[in-house]
Amino acid sequence: MIYLDNAATTKVCPEAAEAVLYAMTEAFGNPSSLHGLGIEAEKLINFSKEKIASAIGGIPSEIIFTSGATESNNLAIFGLAENYGRRKKKIVTTAVEHPSVLEAMKKLASDGYELTVVEPDSNGEITEDALVGAVDGSTCLISAMLVNNETGYILPVSRAFSRIKKLYPDCMTHCDCVQGFMKLPLSAKALCADAISLSGHKIYAPKGVGALWVKKGVRVAPILRGGGQQNGLRSGTEAVPLIYGFGKAVEALSKTVGTRFEHAEEIRDYAVNRISEIDGAVINSKENASPYILSIALPGIKSETVLHYLEQSGIYVSSGSACSRGKKSSVLAAFRFPAKIADSTVRISTSFETEKEDIDALVRGLRLANETLVRTK
Amino acid sequence: MRELILCKYGEIVLKGLNRGTFESELMRNVRRRLKPLGNISLRSSQSTLYVEPLNDNIDMDEVMERLKKVYGITKLSRAVGVEKDVKRIFEVAYERFGDALKNAKTFKVAAKRSDKKFYLTSPELAAQIGGMLLEKFPHLKVDLFEPEITIVCEIRDEGAFVHDIAVDGAGGIPVGTSGQALLLLSGGIDSPVAGCMMAKRGVVISAIHFEAPPYTSERALMKVERLAEKMSEYCGRICFYTVPFTKIQEEIRNNCPEDYFTLIMRRLMMEIAQRIAEKNHLQALITGESLGQVASQTMAAMVTTDAVCRIPVFRPCIGLDKKEIIDISYKLGTFEISIEPYEDCCTVFTPKHPRTKPTLGDVEAAQAKFDFEQLISEAVENTRVKTIKAY
Repeated sequence: MIYLDNAATTKVCPEAAEAVLYAMTEAFGNPSSLHGLGIEAEKLINFSKEKIASAIGGIPSEIIFTSGATESNNLAIFGLAENYGRRKKKIVTTAVEHPSVLEAMKKLASDGYELTVVEPDSNGEITEDALVGAVDGSTCLISAMLVNNETGYILPVSRAFSRIKKLYPDCMTHCDCVQGFMKLPLSAKALCADAISLSGHKIYAPKGVGALWVKKGVRVAPILRGGGQQNGLRSGTEAVPLIYGFGKAVEALSKTVGTRFEHAEEIRDYAVNRISEIDGAVINSKENASPYILSIALPGIKSETVLHYLEQSGIYVSSGSACSRGKKSSVLAAFRFPAKIADSTVRISTSFETEKEDIDALVRGLRLANETLVRTK
Repeated sequence: MRELILCKYGEIVLKGLNRGTFESELMRNVRRRLKPLGNISLRSSQSTLYVEPLNDNIDMDEVMERLKKVYGITKLSRAVGVEKDVKRIFEVAYERFGDALKNAKTFKVAAKRSDKKFYLTSPELAAQIGGMLLEKFPHLKVDLFEPEITIVCEIRDEGAFVHDIAVDGAGGIPVGTSGQALLLLSGGIDSPVAGCMMAKRGVVISAIHFEAPPYTSERALMKVERLAEKMSEYCGRICFYTVPFTKIQEEIRNNCPEDYFTLIMRRLMMEIAQRIAEKNHLQALITGESLGQVASQTMAAMVTTDAVCRIPVFRPCIGLDKKEIIDISYKLGTFEISIEPYEDCCTVFTPKHPRTKPTLGDVEAAQAKFDFEQLISEAVENTRVKTIKAY
């Protein structure tokens, strides 16, 4: 099996898998329990908070664990709008966000907020100026992703947020860092964000766990009511095994962010060279995109067909993003890709386990697909 | 007290000497669907099927839901058992019919008494219950001939029963009384509707699906299987044939003129379908075509596809608007599944400008550019079959 769909999800690493088993079978107490077993579980959570916070240059008390990035994004957007949007009713996001941001923003818009969606320009770029220009004195919240999940495009979040914070210190800044966390060098301070969404299963931790980092002093309002766990911000007994697995995965990865990045770059450059040799193949991703994601197209052959064709030889890739099975990608259209390219786009996303031989196999498969599969005219 | 359900037959009652066949087929269909729910007795008398649970833990809501989907039943009503006591019978009638009576002008109480030892005769019982209801609802008038609401009370050996207001059943005639046919099931909205419409006229449905991996995904096939499963709530178990169709589609694409692609594909599908039908003793084909809906469903196009058919092709949706078909699929519950967005074999290579007024000669000439016989028999040979049932 050659798994090149790591932006959809990853294989859980041994450290995380072991940690999950340990928390399920041994330290299985409820972290809210007063007895020793409960304290044991609480320690596991604290461990993970510590690891994740320090990975982005934050402090443990700034971490809220959630069920995943979708919940983190919802908590950030609704939670910040509730506290900071009483008088200021403008909100800003981009057209290339994950649906969990876009849909949450649209919900706020239907509740009376004035939503500005920043579109990429004619070159498919979202510029710093466009982001800053969309914000004004009555904007309460801007949410922009760091790395786009379909093309790997890196948004100028850090520069834009720092200018916004200087101009309008009261405007809350949220960044969906799911495709950047543990992949690119990431610092909450440099990002000038008030809240950052993180996901476990994109970085070799299990599915079902994510986190929201909220800057100290910033208040989010909870979206779930209940027993008041996690300072009342996220009620519900913490998913200790998943959280501990998340922390262990981060611990295992945090020493190697730099080397893995270089490896990803090498593999990406190799793949770009090899795929460019294929007759008619198009590279969608920009040169300065995240090296972990490479978006390509064999124009005329539908994405799904290429995907299933490669699958026959055990190569797993994705069409657009994994979230929208079969649906047309609005993100690719927003990035100004013509329909013919968007319909044929395949996303290749690598991990530290991806080798050049895997790319060779992929290229062989793509070549065969390009030669044998029937094209739509 | 136990509840029971009474099912009224539809047009079965109009049948002559073979009425027995229709009734026993209906009984079989009902028995098959209710069997997994527990021990339930079925009894037919006077154009009514009595469905009675034999123990207390049977989910009568589910029984009702399943019966509503049995073709051959036009009306169903639930009846609730009470003690054989006039006051109790009145209380139940009041509880069950109170809201309806509030908004009605006329009503009548009908009584039946099979327990002849009961101290009131049927007319006496009806009069007493009617009188008690009139006291509660003084605005009502009794109308014995055209009442808005009829309340039926029944005294039997084992107890008294008050019947609920009847609801509509699925109608039609029992599946199994009109032969067997093979439905071309694509994954769209129309074909499941066509299948159920024919099942409603008593046809046992088998289904055939054409898959084209890697152009179509395993999820597309799973979706069609789920459609068949939903249909089988109405049609009973379905024999489901899956035909590998990739090679044929590729060869059409490589060898035949583009604007005839869909027509040639339809003709080859019909050919394969009828060979499978003949092999399995199915007497006809069914498609979801609706006249003029798309290019391959114009009359001229259907002339060219029918030209390859040696057995009848039924197209029950032929005169329906898309809206009407959607309404039916919505009621059947297939709509939500049909609109899931997966590629199906019909949409993969759609030509830009398909022919809408083809002539048979032109299509045959276009198809003759490649000899498909070998691929057709391979496809028939490699067809997989499985049984799909909802319950």
